[in-house]
Amino acid sequence: MSEILSQVFQVGFFAAMVRIATPLVFGTLGELFAERAGVLNLGIEGIMMLAAMAGFSTAFFTGSLWLGVLAAVLTGVAAGALLGLLTVSLGLSQHVSGIGLTLLCSGLSFFFYRLIFGQPSSLPKIAPFEPLALPGLSDIPFLGPILFNQFALVYLAMAVVPAAAFVLYRTPWGLNLRAVGENPQAAYSAGVSVAAARYQALLVSGALMGLAGAFLCMAQYNAYTFGVISGRGWVCIALVVFGQWNPWKSAAGALLFACIDALQLRLQASSAFHLPYQLFLMLPFVLTIVGMALVSRNARAPAALLKPFRKEAR
Amino acid sequence: MTGIRLEPRVQPPWWLNLLLPTAAVAAALALCSGLVLLAGADVLDAYSTLFLSSLSTAFNRVETAVKAAPLVFTGLAVTVAFRAKFWNIGAEGQLLAGAMAAAFIGACEGLPVWSLAPLMIGGGALAGAACALVPAALKTRCKVDDVVTTLLLNFVIYYGMMALLDGPWKDPLSGYPDSPDIRMEAEFPILLKSTRLHMGVLLAALAAALAWLLLRRTTLGFEIDAVGENPNAARYAGIRLAGVTLAAAAVSGALAGLAGVGEVAGIHFQVMAGLSPGYGYTGIVIAMLARLNPIGVLPAAVFFAIVITGAEAMSRATGVPVFLADVIQGAALVTMLAALMLTQYRIRWDRPAHE
Repeated sequence: MSEILSQVFQVGFFAAMVRIATPLVFGTLGELFAERAGVLNLGIEGIMMLAAMAGFSTAFFTGSLWLGVLAAVLTGVAAGALLGLLTVSLGLSQHVSGIGLTLLCSGLSFFFYRLIFGQPSSLPKIAPFEPLALPGLSDIPFLGPILFNQFALVYLAMAVVPAAAFVLYRTPWGLNLRAVGENPQAAYSAGVSVAAARYQALLVSGALMGLAGAFLCMAQYNAYTFGVISGRGWVCIALVVFGQWNPWKSAAGALLFACIDALQLRLQASSAFHLPYQLFLMLPFVLTIVGMALVSRNARAPAALLKPFRKEAR
Repeated sequence: MTGIRLEPRVQPPWWLNLLLPTAAVAAALALCSGLVLLAGADVLDAYSTLFLSSLSTAFNRVETAVKAAPLVFTGLAVTVAFRAKFWNIGAEGQLLAGAMAAAFIGACEGLPVWSLAPLMIGGGALAGAACALVPAALKTRCKVDDVVTTLLLNFVIYYGMMALLDGPWKDPLSGYPDSPDIRMEAEFPILLKSTRLHMGVLLAALAAALAWLLLRRTTLGFEIDAVGENPNAARYAGIRLAGVTLAAAAVSGALAGLAGVGEVAGIHFQVMAGLSPGYGYTGIVIAMLARLNPIGVLPAAVFFAIVITGAEAMSRATGVPVFLADVIQGAALVTMLAALMLTQYRIRWDRPAHE
């Protein structure tokens, strides 16, 4: 057993772990911004699918990967705006609005992919991002190849975590956002526009989820498939709870999940366990459920989460 | 906004229950017509094929009814759960669990013929209920969010099923990852000769009636509504929240499991990867269109059966991607939600009080 583990925990494993964590970090931070403002964004799975498809298609036809990333981000922003319309302006059930958004966006992603690409005999592919080795830093033994020889979007994810913490805790905008998620009545009395803050949070949320989708299709993989997201969006929601609505802890949770995911991939490949590969695929989801069971009892969600704010009903 | 005010309604008029889903569906179809145009097809052509092909011949009408059966079950499952505010997004996995139970029982050689149908039905319902009880228990005991757990469990169940179908449960005769066929005697009786109209369709209609009775005429149904509407008031009135949530989850899971039983015993006679093309998720849209009323689930399920069946024909005839059905589904949920706001609020136009 220890030989297997020592074989597994090599540099390549940790580098893969950072790669796998990147879309989770984007998605989790996206969900976090929405929830801190008081809106549960259950559209995440659908938004990631649609953004991934939009990004991939744009990259495919324009040849520019960064245009693809932009397309993915804009798609996410548009979806976030739609969720804002449903949950903020119309004050509808956040649960059902989110599920509706996921169904709509995933349907649109299938529809447009089929419309644009048809049913080709071979999977349309692009030339994905190449890893970008940071000069000097990537030569550091052990940590160098893990942290500093990654895709540009990975570096972006590494920067987004402290940026999110800074914005959330050290800027007026972040303070307003958190206030609106804890006590919108008080924030409104203090002159904060609750609707505007929630909309802005949802736009940021959608943009980050779009980045997650872009990463999956243009860096981690080089194609779009219908199963490219396969539940990762839902995992991000669990990770927000796991990280107690804090950017650093949520990112740590994402790394932990990525560790389990990378591990199950390697265990699949190794000859030590003769179990069906699907059981390994199942493992991260089971552990996420278990993790949530352990954490949720003491979880303190933003106080105004799930409650629509209506000015008249004060 | 100046000039427009939302005034809470006391009680929505009854005709709103019919008007709103119709309006929502019409709005969704109008929005999706843009997609049809993008696909380069004629809107009237596409929609007429979509809707009429499922109803044009007697054979097609039966096929539509057959397709509606699992949708009725999942729609009912979501209805019961959502009424208790148990966000059961796991109907898909519960369906597969019920299907696996039915396929396993139906293939057992040692069981007497008369016992097969009741055992498959009972076993499938129990399997579905068990799968729904896990997230429900996590919710009541550990305050875990039910949306995430029911969803993640779908993946767990699916992978578990595929692990079985690829391995110990693989049909040695077929070479594909599917289970061995159930016994001939276990297949649901056909109600209409030379068609696939099987007993499961009748069971679905029966389930709708029973669900209505449960929700409207029993104490549990009342408690489910109370817990969903106002948990604090319900607790104050002495209703045990945890028990009611678990009961609602069990009924919900059982209904979803029965959808799987019908598909195995009536149509496919085995379990395979593509058993459910998202019936569990369509059930959510159906439940919302039905305004969480079991009787309303029937026409909503038939509507989506028509759309899903017709989408294939429309795709062949006009070249519009078959996934239009999925977009219509999502759009209908969104438009229905927006329309629901009109039941809770009236729009009032204010004239400014002073100029």
